[in-house]
Amino acid sequence: MARKKGTKTIKEINRRIKEGKVVVVTADEMAEIVKRKGPTKAAMEVDVVTTGTFAPMCSSGAFINFGHSKPAIKASKVWLNDVPAYAGLAAVDIYIGATEPAEDDPLNRVHPGQFKYGGGHVIQDLVAGKKVALRATAYGTDCYPNRKLNRKITLSDLPYAVLLNPRNAYQNYNCAINLSNKTIYTYMGVLKPRAGNANYSTSGQLSPLLNDPFYLTLGMGTRIFLGGAKGYIIGPGTQHNPNVKRGKTGVPLSPAGNLMVMGDMKEMDPKWIVGVSMVGYGCSLAVGIGVPIPVLNEEMARFTGVSDEELFTQIIDYGNDYPKGTAHSLGLVSYAELKSGTMKFNGKDVPTVPMSSYLRALEIARIVKKWIESGEFLLTEPQVMIPTVKR
Amino acid sequence: MYSKMVTLRFPPEVVNEPIIANLVKKFDLTFNILKATIYPRKEGLAVMELRGHKKNFQRGVRYLKSLGMKVESLGQDIKRDEEKCFHCGACTAVCPTGALYIKRPQMEVLFDSDKCSACEMCVVACPARAMEVRLDRSLLD
Repeated sequence: MARKKGTKTIKEINRRIKEGKVVVVTADEMAEIVKRKGPTKAAMEVDVVTTGTFAPMCSSGAFINFGHSKPAIKASKVWLNDVPAYAGLAAVDIYIGATEPAEDDPLNRVHPGQFKYGGGHVIQDLVAGKKVALRATAYGTDCYPNRKLNRKITLSDLPYAVLLNPRNAYQNYNCAINLSNKTIYTYMGVLKPRAGNANYSTSGQLSPLLNDPFYLTLGMGTRIFLGGAKGYIIGPGTQHNPNVKRGKTGVPLSPAGNLMVMGDMKEMDPKWIVGVSMVGYGCSLAVGIGVPIPVLNEEMARFTGVSDEELFTQIIDYGNDYPKGTAHSLGLVSYAELKSGTMKFNGKDVPTVPMSSYLRALEIARIVKKWIESGEFLLTEPQVMIPTVKR
Repeated sequence: MYSKMVTLRFPPEVVNEPIIANLVKKFDLTFNILKATIYPRKEGLAVMELRGHKKNFQRGVRYLKSLGMKVESLGQDIKRDEEKCFHCGACTAVCPTGALYIKRPQMEVLFDSDKCSACEMCVVACPARAMEVRLDRSLLD
């Protein structure tokens, strides 16, 4: 065979999975392997690198069909546990978004608001098997005369419930600080004045898209871990942008790519789909995602071998610049430094605070590794790649 | 409006004085007594919620201490729901005493309740709402 050593296809990897011969490592293990043996050897030894991330991902939600009622209804307004869902679809189809607060929530009227319950919590409650109160109103038609519906629903009796998140698994994200003189409450958490703390939200070397910076192995149809079950990448996320500044290794230095993902809610686990309340900001959903990256060649070994020391993000001021829409990088910081607990900023030591759970991300990478090793998870060929740039 | 649960210990010398009434009159505080006892040796114990302007609260406490009373504010306790905590680390941004901290390199978020001052900052900062305020009921029994 005239093929370069270490080069393989997804088909070949799947054959090795079925034969029980596949070699799978987590992304943090791969960083060590590549450091020790170099990418050429790593590509020959390793078939798949598993990644993981677990953090609030606001652009998430679920498509639900709640089944027809007697008499029939064409629901025009629908609430789940008093959280409004989008009902501008067919008669009993709705979309519930993660950030929608309960209708009677005081929001930020007493600042900072607590946002105790919203769409993300509804989704978690459903996944946990809890009863959820569905309320619907309608204007009534000849074929759908019913104008009001009150019903308790549980996930198991819904005809259809699919998590479909329009934008998840951001490839890199800002490190947020606050240079103003008062404490602010953001989607990046609480930021104390005068750079009192620096918050970040990426699992660094474990992060899916930081391990495949040019999206060479994933696209529509890639099977992934989503919320504790098997789900799929269905395309680029709603703010997918490969055209950003990249470092020496090709990895973006600012928020770049992202993914649209979907999966069957009925197979998910509430441990990996958690409704969250961001004080002063709103409701959201913490989502667990893990993407297996096939080590198809030496280049992919190099990409997946990246470590926290080689991954950087930009520092952004959320006190003045970001809200004004004039955000610009105040400097770069490595994930190794962010994970250490303090970073240097303008000569001062600033405590660093993660919003993304590294512990849970690692657990996801390990679960996917186990799934693949046991033969219950085969890799899929992406059918359509997501937009990228020249490397 | 500031409110806090306090435990007051009265020495025998002042147990007959209208001290709580003075808190209302002199410092514009309101109170809600959850428990009050005078022990056989004449020292007293009261558990109450004191409510008012924070400045007045502080002046009131100073007044109590000037009478030789012991004032303890440990009527409440912060607990972590281990099931709910997903170890992000958001709480460590606001915890002033370091009771909530990250064990590295594992990146596990730990809670040392001995260091906790029950300031409640973490209760709202926790995205998963894993931190809860619980009344220390043992004082009421």
